[in-house]
Amino acid sequence: MNLGEVWRYRDLIMLFTKRSFKLMYKQTVLGPLWIVISPLLTSIIYTVIFGGIAGLSTNGVPKFLFYLCSHSLWVFFADCLNKNASAFLTNANIFSKVYFPRLTIPVSNVITSGIQFLIHSCLVAVLIIWSTIRGDVHPEWKLLPLLIPLLLFTAMMGLGLGILVSSVTTKYRDLSFLVGFGLSLWMYSTPVIYPLSQVTGGMMRKMLIWNPMTAPMELFRLIMLGKGDVLIQSVISTVIFAAAAFAAGVMVFNRVERSFIDTV
Amino acid sequence: MINDADRPIAIQISGVDKIYRIGEVGRGTLQADLQSWWARKRGREDPNSIIGEPERKYGDLFYALKGIDLTVHQGERLGLIGGNGAGKSTLLKLISRVTAPTAGTIDLYGRVTSMLEVGTGFHGEMTGLENIYLNGTILGMSKREIDDVLEKIIDFSEVREFINTPVKRYSSGMYVKLAFSVAAHLDSEIVIMDEVLAVGDIAFQQKCIDRMMSAATDENRTILYVSHNMNTVRQLCERCVVLDQGKIIYDGDTEEAIRFYSEHLTRSRGMAGDLSSYVRRNRGLSGKCVAEQILTDEEALKMDESLRFLVRVRAYEELDGVRIRLVVSNSSGTIVGMAYSDACCLNEGSSEISCELDTSGLAPDAYACDVAIFGYEDNVQVRHDFISKVLVFRIEENYRYFGQTWKTRAWGNTRLGSIRITEVKPDEQK
Repeated sequence: MNLGEVWRYRDLIMLFTKRSFKLMYKQTVLGPLWIVISPLLTSIIYTVIFGGIAGLSTNGVPKFLFYLCSHSLWVFFADCLNKNASAFLTNANIFSKVYFPRLTIPVSNVITSGIQFLIHSCLVAVLIIWSTIRGDVHPEWKLLPLLIPLLLFTAMMGLGLGILVSSVTTKYRDLSFLVGFGLSLWMYSTPVIYPLSQVTGGMMRKMLIWNPMTAPMELFRLIMLGKGDVLIQSVISTVIFAAAAFAAGVMVFNRVERSFIDTV
Repeated sequence: MINDADRPIAIQISGVDKIYRIGEVGRGTLQADLQSWWARKRGREDPNSIIGEPERKYGDLFYALKGIDLTVHQGERLGLIGGNGAGKSTLLKLISRVTAPTAGTIDLYGRVTSMLEVGTGFHGEMTGLENIYLNGTILGMSKREIDDVLEKIIDFSEVREFINTPVKRYSSGMYVKLAFSVAAHLDSEIVIMDEVLAVGDIAFQQKCIDRMMSAATDENRTILYVSHNMNTVRQLCERCVVLDQGKIIYDGDTEEAIRFYSEHLTRSRGMAGDLSSYVRRNRGLSGKCVAEQILTDEEALKMDESLRFLVRVRAYEELDGVRIRLVVSNSSGTIVGMAYSDACCLNEGSSEISCELDTSGLAPDAYACDVAIFGYEDNVQVRHDFISKVLVFRIEENYRYFGQTWKTRAWGNTRLGSIRITEVKPDEQK
């Protein structure tokens, strides 16, 4: 395992991160403002469709805030997974010309998504503080330090699954088509647009409880909005799944990186 | 071999094979792969393996490199030459760790900078300065190390005024200069270059070669250089390895290696002048007259001597006005000239055409000719036969031209006649 080598290339990771931000909003009028505009727009759409038309309950939390919180965290996870799922293919050109620890690219992708998430969170925090003063929500600020393991495990899951997919797609490209479907299916089977407490029984609830993304989602809303059911089964599932996905991802990735350039 | 056994080793390659699977990767492979994997697990024979001929190709497996053993010492400047597909680039890829060998081991003692392409990781939207940092870190430097040599890099690149301009606005020459400068100033023990010097103007090329020379001699860095340009190989390398069909066929002094390579080229054509097995790739040949043998009695010519050669042809009908045309290329593959013969008549059956070409205008170098046999029918040129790179000869420097050895790089391949001074007129108004 060459994690030490990855550490030696930390400057490269930072430069890759800087590059993605620089290139992300090239030739746009609003530029980095898009980082906050897109979650706002998505949350408005969710509020109208899921909150208004479908009439899904949000456990007494203002609908817009509920969707904004959930969406920010989900986007962080989906981004980690999505970007890394194509890590080998999109970088094949540079990988075929020069050696550097390939893991630097996924790590930098995660950092990029992480920074975006923090910017989203600042926006969320401003709105929440305003709502708290108005008395609409009651955040559990004392749980705030739990945000660190929450993000860590979410990132490990996204990174691990992403590079696992990416390793397989060097040979069988079918998987890259499935990632999109898989992610949206996963989103609807995770309490993102509805709280866990709304699903009260049956198979569906069992599935939701063991879904490894449930605990991060519920915990995040508990911290930010004061409403969320963090069950011990969900937490166990998250920890085990994240560790397994991360370990498997890094192992397979390291094996594939040695000669993927011959098959890609 | 150059005697440097006491120098420390930089690269040690032993028993390296690189096998590629030919053909479409991924035609129903998931099932086949699972089958093969299952068979291997149970120690059975792979049902998908093809028992093939014991050549370079085994079924759909292709040996890009076979049984490579090579030791490179520190501070050595090693050239790799060989035809297209000989395995040069594959070997460089293995050494630079872009891909792993199928069998064998490669031990590297020191950091490796590989320039398999100029400007790897350069991004058009980013400025020259940002690209220096990005490219430098990709090649293995830390940010601080780049800070230390930044001024040197910018100076060397000659693009200081444009350093804050996005590189997409650069000319290709500027782009290459900047990219090379970054790589040339990296603090690595082993430098690998794949024809990167081929781009950029002559002056910059020379600057690069000088820079690499000083890197090897003053900083004791090891240099591996691949090129088809024998002139740069000659200038830069002290030792040369010739690759052919994935194997090392020569290892030693550069001049010797280049000579060996150019001779090998003709021999591997299945020659000694014999063209019976030569496969003609050109279309539109009339087939009325075919060259069977092209021979020269003297492959090494002295300056001012003429090239005498013999073409044995078989004509399938009586032909009139047949001419021979030679296109001469130098050792770097650059075309340097063309010559026509007189017209001659051929009877049906085989004939020998003896020829002589005045080569006194050619500078010392190795040459190869493309030979065309053609004639005219109703004022339209008809090509009867065309053979590429057959007539190989060398012009040896048997005297110094005005006291200097001929510098092909600076002067080209043509020795023009001497300049006649028509008048020397002293200036009257003083």
